[in-house]
Amino acid sequence: MLDSILFYFFAGVAVTSAALMVTRRNAIHSAVFLITTLLATAGIFLQLGAEFLFIAQIILYVGGIMVLFIFVIMLVRLDVALQHIRFRMKNLVVTIVIAVLGAEAGAIIYYARKLPGQGLFIQNMAPAEKLAPNSERLAESLFSGYLLPFEIASVLLLVAMVGAVVMAKNKKRTPEES
Amino acid sequence: MNPTLHGILVFLETWWVELTSGIVIVAVVPLVAGYVVLVERKLMADMQARLGPMRVGPHGLLQPIADAVKLLIKEDIIPAESDKLIFWLAPVISMVAALTSMGAIAFGPAFQVARDINIGILFVLGVSSLGFLGIILGGWASNSHYSIIGALRSTAQLVSYETAGGLAIISALLLSGTLKISGIVQAQYEQHVWFVFLAPVAAFIYLVASIAETNRAPFDLPEAESELVAGYMTEYSGFRWALYFLGEYANMIVVGSIATTLFLGGWLRPFPNWKGSGLIPEGIVDAGWDLVPAAFLGLIGVYCLYRAGKQPAKAQTWFMWAVALACFVVAALYAIPALLFAMGIGGVAGSLSVAVLPGLNGAFWFLLKVSGYIYVFMWLRFTLPRYRFDQLMHLGWYILIPLAIVNIFAVGVAMLVVANANWNHGLALTLATILGTVVTLLFAALLVRWHDRRTESASAASMAPDSYAG
Repeated sequence: MLDSILFYFFAGVAVTSAALMVTRRNAIHSAVFLITTLLATAGIFLQLGAEFLFIAQIILYVGGIMVLFIFVIMLVRLDVALQHIRFRMKNLVVTIVIAVLGAEAGAIIYYARKLPGQGLFIQNMAPAEKLAPNSERLAESLFSGYLLPFEIASVLLLVAMVGAVVMAKNKKRTPEES
Repeated sequence: MNPTLHGILVFLETWWVELTSGIVIVAVVPLVAGYVVLVERKLMADMQARLGPMRVGPHGLLQPIADAVKLLIKEDIIPAESDKLIFWLAPVISMVAALTSMGAIAFGPAFQVARDINIGILFVLGVSSLGFLGIILGGWASNSHYSIIGALRSTAQLVSYETAGGLAIISALLLSGTLKISGIVQAQYEQHVWFVFLAPVAAFIYLVASIAETNRAPFDLPEAESELVAGYMTEYSGFRWALYFLGEYANMIVVGSIATTLFLGGWLRPFPNWKGSGLIPEGIVDAGWDLVPAAFLGLIGVYCLYRAGKQPAKAQTWFMWAVALACFVVAALYAIPALLFAMGIGGVAGSLSVAVLPGLNGAFWFLLKVSGYIYVFMWLRFTLPRYRFDQLMHLGWYILIPLAIVNIFAVGVAMLVVANANWNHGLALTLATILGTVVTLLFAALLVRWHDRRTESASAASMAPDSYAG
């Protein structure tokens, strides 16, 4: 019962603030609602017993990426530019996407109700103590089974970072040198 | 019984420890923060050969309460051109983040709101870092130039120093091998040493980074009063301002707790493994350490009694007597279980004292260490002048972050040596630590030299102004 209440609370917050994020005119307000969406999703991760994913979501997305988003919005004054491309129901593409997504969600809810033993109320889960500590499990699979992809991905990220620095530096120097 | 009522009772039975300690934290932290402010003012006064607040209560002991009342009844001003929603939300975010992150901190083996979660230290770090969303949003919503410059500075500073602090924490996590808070303390108990002695460079980097993260002098550029009035807090007044202030001081307690858990042995007393040897029989040492908190609090009470006689007014003497009495009561709370335990008295009282004693002593040592850490913060604040913004950025990116990365490697190599070489554990660990520290410091020296040369040649080439310096 408590699980269901928590799930529907987090899911409701996530969906509502996602909708608000798309429809707000002010870019900073959109960013704030994106933060609440991310936090609510993190709450669902925690409820599923994926505590490492929960904290990774908070540290990386809310603590890292969203701060850079807000930083850029504040520096660039995006809200002026966004007045022209903001969400409008009249836009045909928007209407089609909403219709398709709504149909999809409706179909999922309709068929989920018919699954045996399932339904819209989620089942009682194993208590957190019985699950294996998943930060250890994640580290194990990352550093044994998937070591090569993991290393390739980190090298890729490093290259991207160095590349970004080099490009930023070059732009600064060219007008002085030429 | 009514099923709903039954459900509520079951819920309360399962969660009452968490609920009570959560309420205690929310209720007590603002009061503690107020008194930390008083201690800070008193320390500042002492270092500047003044007396500090003396009017409200004896030695200004009621000053925090007077300040709180003043802030509560002050007019609540919201700038007309501000973004009302965000202006209202920002200080709340700041304080909620700081208080929430306290949920996972273990103030002793028994005092923890969230049960010992597997990602404890990451939770504290991650949630407390959400607090600066409050700073940046507050700065933006005020619609003022001072505020937004303060907010921008704060973001740049926090992003830089969080990296350095996080990398420094990894060194300690490598040594403990777990993210669980109780596991980290247990690891320090089993390895017979606080991690500050195994990874001193990491501890120092974390100290510097935590000062920068809490926006305190010498890194208080986001609220540099000589340049920005009050930075991101310029437009805030009254109770909203108080929320920011509480968030800042709660954050100090949080970073102090993280540092205490990771580097200073958490709730362990000094020399937790030494149980006595040779002439001193076992049991005496433990009993002696158990009595230290009671003796400490008792001495404070005695000092209050001594000062009570010197107060100028009758009411102030009485107040000092009350403070002394409170000290004695708490000291007795510590002394009675310790004495019962030492004398080996059984029965209900004896088993109760066995159950209560580790938690009480743990909380005492933990809070003492956190207070020491916060004292260092204040000491630095009144000793060092404020950094310039480009100096701050260079310190973070050119020195602290590379140093922290090299330190991770040094600690890793040291642990590898300990694990593989068939040496005496303690000797190997000490040698490896010294070697690792020396390598790290050498690298840092080289880095500073290289950086100095580079900036010299750069400043000789062009005196280009730094865009962040303003």
